[in-house]
Amino acid sequence: MSGTSERPGTGTGSDDGAPEPLLRVRGVRKAFGDNVVLDGIDLDVRPHQVIALIGASGSGKSTLLRTIDLLEEVDDGDIWLDGLDICDPRVDANAVRARMGMVFQSFNLFGHLRVLENVALAQRLVHGVARAEADERALAMLERVGLADKARSFPDELSGGQQQRVAIARALVSSPRLLLLDEVTSALDPELVGEVLDLLTELRAEGHTMLIATHEMAFARDVADEVCFLHHGRIHEQGPAAQVLTDPQQPRTREFLRRMLPR
Amino acid sequence: MSDMRERAGGYEPSARQRERDAIRRRAARRSTVTAFASTVVVTAVVVLAVVNTPGWPRVRKSFLDWDVAVASLPKVLEGLWLNVRVLVVAAVVIFFFALVLAICRTLRGPVFFPLRAAATAYVDLFRGLPLLLVLLVVGFGIPGLRIPWMTTSPVWLGGLAIVLTYSAYVAEVFRAGIESVHPSQVAAARSLGLSRAQATRHVVLPQAVRRVVPPLLNDLVALSKDSGLISILGAYDAIRAAQVVTSQHANFTPYIVAGFLFILLTIPLTRFTDAFARRSGWLGAQSGLAGGGALR
Repeated sequence: MSGTSERPGTGTGSDDGAPEPLLRVRGVRKAFGDNVVLDGIDLDVRPHQVIALIGASGSGKSTLLRTIDLLEEVDDGDIWLDGLDICDPRVDANAVRARMGMVFQSFNLFGHLRVLENVALAQRLVHGVARAEADERALAMLERVGLADKARSFPDELSGGQQQRVAIARALVSSPRLLLLDEVTSALDPELVGEVLDLLTELRAEGHTMLIATHEMAFARDVADEVCFLHHGRIHEQGPAAQVLTDPQQPRTREFLRRMLPR
Repeated sequence: MSDMRERAGGYEPSARQRERDAIRRRAARRSTVTAFASTVVVTAVVVLAVVNTPGWPRVRKSFLDWDVAVASLPKVLEGLWLNVRVLVVAAVVIFFFALVLAICRTLRGPVFFPLRAAATAYVDLFRGLPLLLVLLVVGFGIPGLRIPWMTTSPVWLGGLAIVLTYSAYVAEVFRAGIESVHPSQVAAARSLGLSRAQATRHVVLPQAVRRVVPPLLNDLVALSKDSGLISILGAYDAIRAAQVVTSQHANFTPYIVAGFLFILLTIPLTRFTDAFARRSGWLGAQSGLAGGGALR
């Protein structure tokens, strides 16, 4: 399934040493009725890169992540994952989704399954791993996020921060090529935000490729290589995190940051 | 309550709190006495009113004859055993048939239009038809077709009619459950790579079915009584048995016996339903009334 489509672009990466993009988004448009949510998005994510999407609510961050994960169909434009045009209707969307991990704002854990089963489910159903092996991998991943002792609990017996760490373990257990994180701390009480952000910082150190929609500007500055500012479905500014957040070039970015970081 | 508070960490409640507790205890005692007194009074009034009607001695003889009751009990019990068997088999068949109907109704996409339309038409039809009518049409119409391999047993045909009607109701209960599962659950399942069918089977249906268990048990209680309707086709169930004994003794007491047995059958079911609905914590259902009892 992979490697059959031609690689987009002309291999610009090799000259300056930058690797080929893992994810390439070009001219993506998405509207819900008359409401244009994505209005021509271009974005590259290279392996091991962490990119933060910032912008007001309704700027299109979540919709962009959902279109990349094929949870929404694009109205126009192209998305390549590992050189494969995933917007092609003939592509097996389930297989594409299985190669990405998505973490949601409200966790979306399966309430009828125990924590271990939440993490092991896709291993068995999608990746064809036997139950014992799937449970073993799930337990190892829960250990990784520090929740092995909660394996037998049900999600609603956990704190919000713990639930979100389980959701991250669930996304990670299939060794995804790319992690999509949709405002993963927005539904958490302030004192629980830290444990989730600490985990993401560790994942960055381990070399995971991540695309993160976030309202946590300090986190974006510390963890992201690049920051993209979205406004009304367009990327108005993109650049190194420190530069965009401390010395924005675009007036809209400046105005957004002034409201996010009151001095 | 207040005792526990006194013990916890050697805490001594304030005088004001002790006064409040005393008032609450007095009020609780008063309500118990009131409830008991009003129950006695209401029961006495109803009993006296009935007993003092001019026809009471005759009604008592023809509806509440102890000897007839004892004589009819074995036969009515035997008939009830048939009701129980019909109930169990019908309930199992209804569960799966209704689940299939509900899934068909929630399928998306043009490919499934015929299935979706057929399921919708089925539910519309059998929810609209009175059960009695379905029983008569199935019970007398199907044997009339003279299909060689088709049973003419009133038990099986009666059971079929009940299954046809109840499945339509239960399918709607299941559909409500399926649609109550938040779309974000499907999004999470699909994002992991699960197919649409896998997401339905492993994520949506388990949560939907758990959520509708209380209304399903309610339908089970109704079904346990409606299983008695197969008697109109001549099946020898509790009501039919009561009818036969009634004509033998020229006395209606067997009907009362049958009614009493049906109540005995359904009370455990209804109590179980209530208990189940109450301890819905593990269902993931919102326990919105938790603590509500403490509010004045």
